[in-house]
Amino acid sequence: MADVKKIATRMGYGAALKELGALHDNIVVFDADLAGSTQTATFGKAFPGRHFNCGIAEGNMMAVAAGAAAMGMVAFASSFAMFAAGRAYEQVRNSIGYTQLNVKIGASHGGISVGEDGASHQCLEDYALMRSIPGMVVMSPADEVEARAMVKAAYEHQGPVYMRFGRSPVPVFHDEAAFRFEIGKGEVMREGTDIAIIANGLLVAEAVEAGELLAAQGISARIINMATVKPLDEALVLKAAEECGRILTCEEHSVIGGLGDAVCSLLSEKRPTPVRRIGTPDVFGHSGPAAELLRQFGLCGPCIAQAALDFVRG
Amino acid sequence: MTAKEKRALEINACKVRMGVIEGTYAAKSGHPGGSLSSADLFTYLYFQELNIDPAQPDKPDRDRFVLSKGHCAPGLYAALALRGFFPWEDLKTLRHIGSHLQGHPNMRSTPGVDMSTGSLGQGVSAACGMALAAKLQGSPCRVYTLLGDGEIEEGQVWEAFMFAHHYKLDNLRVIIDNNGLQIDGPVEQVMSSYPILDKLAAFGFETVEIDGHDFDALEGAFAQAETVKGKPFAILMKTTKGKGVSFMEDQVGWHGKAPNQEQYEIAMAELKARLAELEAD
Repeated sequence: MADVKKIATRMGYGAALKELGALHDNIVVFDADLAGSTQTATFGKAFPGRHFNCGIAEGNMMAVAAGAAAMGMVAFASSFAMFAAGRAYEQVRNSIGYTQLNVKIGASHGGISVGEDGASHQCLEDYALMRSIPGMVVMSPADEVEARAMVKAAYEHQGPVYMRFGRSPVPVFHDEAAFRFEIGKGEVMREGTDIAIIANGLLVAEAVEAGELLAAQGISARIINMATVKPLDEALVLKAAEECGRILTCEEHSVIGGLGDAVCSLLSEKRPTPVRRIGTPDVFGHSGPAAELLRQFGLCGPCIAQAALDFVRG
Repeated sequence: MTAKEKRALEINACKVRMGVIEGTYAAKSGHPGGSLSSADLFTYLYFQELNIDPAQPDKPDRDRFVLSKGHCAPGLYAALALRGFFPWEDLKTLRHIGSHLQGHPNMRSTPGVDMSTGSLGQGVSAACGMALAAKLQGSPCRVYTLLGDGEIEEGQVWEAFMFAHHYKLDNLRVIIDNNGLQIDGPVEQVMSSYPILDKLAAFGFETVEIDGHDFDALEGAFAQAETVKGKPFAILMKTTKGKGVSFMEDQVGWHGKAPNQEQYEIAMAELKARLAELEAD
């Protein structure tokens, strides 16, 4: 994918908000002094009367968004994943989750690929936190095209949604004209029968690369983009388990509580199948360039291919 | 207001207090102290001030009330029941399994509850979001929110106050129930939130301090709120925790404890006597 254009998924968030803003008067967007980073500034520039900076006060922002939603608005609230899911967890749980209000959380800068800012800003727990809230939809797009489609689907969805976007540019591999996004539906990127690799976020492109590397070694890997962590596409996971017999999950998240755990929970109850999980182990991250950190934590195409190879060859 | 109107409010406030005792007694738990200190406010809001209709609890342009100090739900529920949002008998199901009257307000289960609250400091933020949305929608809706003097120790409250001033939310009315007591003791001993009025003024609010058990004062304060433009309005309401039940008054122990049968009977007898007195003349 070296010659493919690269765009950060957060750019898609900003672009989609602007598109939605032109179509719907009931959208209101909140940010917490990171509008330039989360990209809600793109919406704010187009619709200044409906973009509200809450300052560095994420807890207040989440409950303010809930209040706006209680008045019938569709409220988008944005910050870095660390502060949206982490700092404001309890506001999200009680004022947005418990109320089932129409608040869409757009969390940018998720994962280890935040890079140089280091562990304090590298949110590796947001899927775990958000998955634990009843009724919360939890998603992360693989590229900018999927990001835009996801934001539009989130607008149409009735109830709370958490979306994680990335800081770093990632390859755009979806064909916008042909792509259809549906909440709760995974996407088979490549067919295969020896192993199924289920990834999301920026690791989908890496998993696709791993699929190519594995094919060169005679291993047929099914590659699945599981953009929706919750509700999980159970049918697709069960089918992969049945047809491939081994599952490797890949996420830019702690192995505790994320996509890998969701897949394991499903399979342990409905179809026990060997699973290995690629993610960050039970440690904090540290500063460094995103690409180097991803490699260091085994979150890259060749690393995924090697893990799959070890798994298949036992 | 006329003397007759004031008397009607006093009668209703006494009934709301009886509802608080009925509910917490039936639940064997709950928060009577703050419910009673706010009972006159609940009564004034639901019988005099708010543009609401029990027959259409979701009427779009209605005024909103957010009970930021959500543990005082027994008082809110009693006022809603008395106003006709649901049957008075429901109060006896408070906190029971299957009841629509949850321990803390749930907008999804109880008619007339505009926001789910209970985790302190969040309701005031939601009220800010409502006031902002009302402005965007061109709605005449006014948003009222009640906080405790202990609740305002939460940092989020001051984030919300900053927001209210920054976005000139003159359709927001913040009311603080200053009964002086929180769970662990007097506010000034646990973590002083004083001087409250000065802090509110510093955060850009137009403020007024009143006796929260005086309906004329409540009327005056809410009338003043209508005249304030371009900034939010706050009422610091001096009250007595446990007001109306002699042995609960100004007692920190009655923050979150239900009366036993003997206490229930004494409390109800006092309130019934008070009601008879009010209805007599």
